[in-house]
Amino acid sequence: MYKIVDKKVLNDDIDFMRIEAPLVARNAKPGHFIILRVDDEGERIPLTIADNDEKHVDIIYQKMGYSTKMLGEKQIGDHVADFVGPLGKAAHIRDKQHVVGVAGGVGAAPLLPQLKAYKKAGSKVTLILGARNKDFLILRDEYEQFVDEVIYTTDDGSFGEKGLVTDPLERKLKDDETIDHVIAIGPVIMMKFCTQTAVKHGRSIDVSLNPIMIDGTGMCGNCRVNIAGKTFFACIDGPDFEGHEVDFDGLMKRQSYYKDEEHQCYIRLKDGR
Amino acid sequence: MAANKTPRTKMPEQDPLKRTSNFLEVALGYAVEDAKKEAIRCIDCKNPRCVQACPVSVKIPEFIKQIMNDDMDGAFDTIYEDNILPSICGRVCPQESQCEGACVLGIKGEPVSIGALERFVGDYGMEKNLADTSVDEEKPQKVAVVGSGPAGLANAASLRRRGYQVTVFEALHEYGGVLTYGIPEFRLPKEIVNKEIDNLKEMGVTFVKNAIIGKSITIEQLKEDGFEAIFVGSGAGLPSSLGIPGENYNGVYFANEFLTRVNLMRSNTFPSHATPIKVGGTVAVVGGGNVAMDAARTAKRIGAKDVMIIYRRDKDSLPARLEEIHHAEEEGIEMNLLYNPVEIYGADYEVKAVRCERMKLGEKDASGRRRPLPTGEYKTFDIDSIIIAIGQKPNPIIKQNTMGLDTHEWGGIITDEKHMTSLDGVFAGGDAVTGAATVILAMGTGKDAAGSMDEYLRNKA
Ligand SMILES: Cc1cc2nc3c(=O)[nH]c(=O)nc-3n(C[C@H](O)[C@H](O)[C@H](O)COP(=O)(O)OP(=O)(O)OC[C@H]3O[C@@H](n4cnc5c(N)ncnc54)[C@H](O)[C@@H]3O)c2cc1C
Ligand SMILES: Cc1cc2nc3c(=O)[nH]c(=O)nc-3n(C[C@H](O)[C@H](O)[C@H](O)COP(=O)(O)OP(=O)(O)OC[C@H]3O[C@@H](n4cnc5c(N)ncnc54)[C@H](O)[C@@H]3O)c2cc1C
Ligand code: SF4
Ligand code: SF4
Ligand code: FES
Repeated sequence: MYKIVDKKVLNDDIDFMRIEAPLVARNAKPGHFIILRVDDEGERIPLTIADNDEKHVDIIYQKMGYSTKMLGEKQIGDHVADFVGPLGKAAHIRDKQHVVGVAGGVGAAPLLPQLKAYKKAGSKVTLILGARNKDFLILRDEYEQFVDEVIYTTDDGSFGEKGLVTDPLERKLKDDETIDHVIAIGPVIMMKFCTQTAVKHGRSIDVSLNPIMIDGTGMCGNCRVNIAGKTFFACIDGPDFEGHEVDFDGLMKRQSYYKDEEHQCYIRLKDGR
Repeated sequence: MAANKTPRTKMPEQDPLKRTSNFLEVALGYAVEDAKKEAIRCIDCKNPRCVQACPVSVKIPEFIKQIMNDDMDGAFDTIYEDNILPSICGRVCPQESQCEGACVLGIKGEPVSIGALERFVGDYGMEKNLADTSVDEEKPQKVAVVGSGPAGLANAASLRRRGYQVTVFEALHEYGGVLTYGIPEFRLPKEIVNKEIDNLKEMGVTFVKNAIIGKSITIEQLKEDGFEAIFVGSGAGLPSSLGIPGENYNGVYFANEFLTRVNLMRSNTFPSHATPIKVGGTVAVVGGGNVAMDAARTAKRIGAKDVMIIYRRDKDSLPARLEEIHHAEEEGIEMNLLYNPVEIYGADYEVKAVRCERMKLGEKDASGRRRPLPTGEYKTFDIDSIIIAIGQKPNPIIKQNTMGLDTHEWGGIITDEKHMTSLDGVFAGGDAVTGAATVILAMGTGKDAAGSMDEYLRNKA
């Protein structure tokens, strides 16, 4: 059992949690993720490591459906049944002059350690953070402490620019020649369009893929993704890949295979089991 | 030798029509009278060929004689000396190619049902709690075992018995390796695997789950933490793909994923367990080994109407245990032999059909089986899902994260005759070394390696 030592509700959809997990914390690096099971009947769900110290691991999760909602019911002092990691390849921090990080919604969480690592490595960093409205822009303080420039977008214009993250990305890539790399983390559709924008302007881009996973150790093959026409397992070969090689449409289809079943689970939750 | 003519004592089984709608065990095991009746058939050979053919040399005629003499406790002790998992091996060993395959009675008639007898004795011992969990003199040295499959369990038991302080690290949230996430409940009840693991806990073996060696703790860190010898029994968990178009469509499962969803995540009880699964009405399973049979029979049990095996050789070449092939047929699994999938068709990214080439058998290949050859004729099967069960390779995580650990190109860890790897004090065994093999072979190497590790630790001290 793994103890929840801190929890903050960031907004209606998104929580922060700090979990006591020394075995995960020991070797955790930016880009790594964990897999947890809320209870003994739960499914195994992957979440990115947002931050860690020697004993604890921070996660930030969006309450999408059954498992993340169950997790959200847990309070400080409660436990989750299983918590394993660090999984995946650590992010490849490239030697770049000026990096633009683009995040949509809860993607702000996995982007944070990566962008911090770039800053530490000496790159200039620009953040483009987008969400539905002002309340859903998370981690603003954490980012503002270190980024060189920040642009916010909201769908309804309640904060920053009104519109999608790709609009300022397009503009920045056109205007600022010092930018030599983009990282995009968020909904697949967002990563797909960011990739198109980056490719159009001749910049390299890394994206972080989130297929359905079970073990996270390369054993099941559930997480396979199509990269430049070849099959890779996102849990051991990723989750980060170069955007221009990713088959985003296939990924979206695979993610939605259990939509009906997930809904069924969710209904059960709403009905009180 | 009148005993030759007596037919084998059959083990009672669940009715095929009933069992395809439940996950309860298919073979029900001998009653005492059955076991004694079968034991009498053994002619107690002076040079028992059966023993030579058992990878761990269980003293077969000896334990059978003890059954005959009503000394069940003695029979258990006899088996346990060589095999700490008799209830499991009695159920899953490919007996027809090992002990029973060599039994002299098999030359003219039917061999002694050694597996069934071993299972009987194992279950008796389990019920009576006969497993010897005593430990020789305690030793201070710490030993780490990576993986809780049969190789790791056998290694841990042997080393603990010798008095070492043993910790087993397991990547998943349950122990047992393939015994837990691969082999289905109706063939090997999880209760049995759990009991065996409890025995080891009682012996004083420490178990740590959710610990991926190479990630959570590296091999080097284990050494830093004071583990003086390490056994790697990480298995062959990386699924092989067909490498044909359409393999990433929804509805294409690797057998590992499919079986893990059901066995480990209990998706057959969805939604009370939250991991879903769906296969639709018609399912194809590609492959002919135990994994394929398990996947096919599981698909039937979670509601598929029609399940077919697609295998590129003929029936005699099916590598699965005979009993499982027989059970699969009884359960209405269709065998499409001499077919090789060449493309999976889909619509809207979901599987619709699989196109297969008709094969014929040619000359014998390196494996001693006749090589399947293409004929240029094709047939397309309409299906709702397809499960790929054509083999597994060793998992790359440990290799990728351990400097100086030599492996074969196909991923297997290289070991010397003492089961030591290229790293001093790091030993390995089971599927991680041999590639996908059998439970008893994995156990055998785990146990053997324990002997070498003991020697290594004594020399070191
Ligand atoms: C490497 C990786 C890192 C991730 N990091 C984060 C993160 O930091 N914060 C965050 O909020 N989310 C993250 N996710 C996504 C998160 O795992 C899913 O939102 C979560 O599993 C949804 O489960 P649910 O039961 O709540 O929702 P459901 O209603 O069951 O599912 C909603 C959607 O989530 C996806 N999903 C469902 N089950 C799984 C599963 N077992 N594995 C992966 N995806 C699944 C599917 O696409 C599904 O359509 C990450 C995913 C991956 C693969
Ligand atoms: C579906 C199926 C049916 C089978 N049927 C039969 C049968 O009927 N008869 C038979 O004899 N054999 C059968 N086999 C084969 C047999 O199960 C294997 O040969 C045997 O389990 C191998 O044992 P092992 O201990 O080497 O590895 P495994 O059983 O694979 O165990 C390895 C363990 O190590 C863990 N692990 C892996 N990497 C790490 C890591 N880095 N850190 C920590 N832990 C790790 C894994 O999670 C796993 O629990 C079957 C296999 C399958 C898949
Ligand atoms: S361990 Fe397996 S091969 Fe050996 S006697 Fe028992 S059933 Fe036969
Ligand atoms: S070979 Fe057969 S008959 Fe001979 S001892 Fe072994 S089991 Fe008995
Ligand atoms: S999650 Fe199972 S192989 Fe990647």
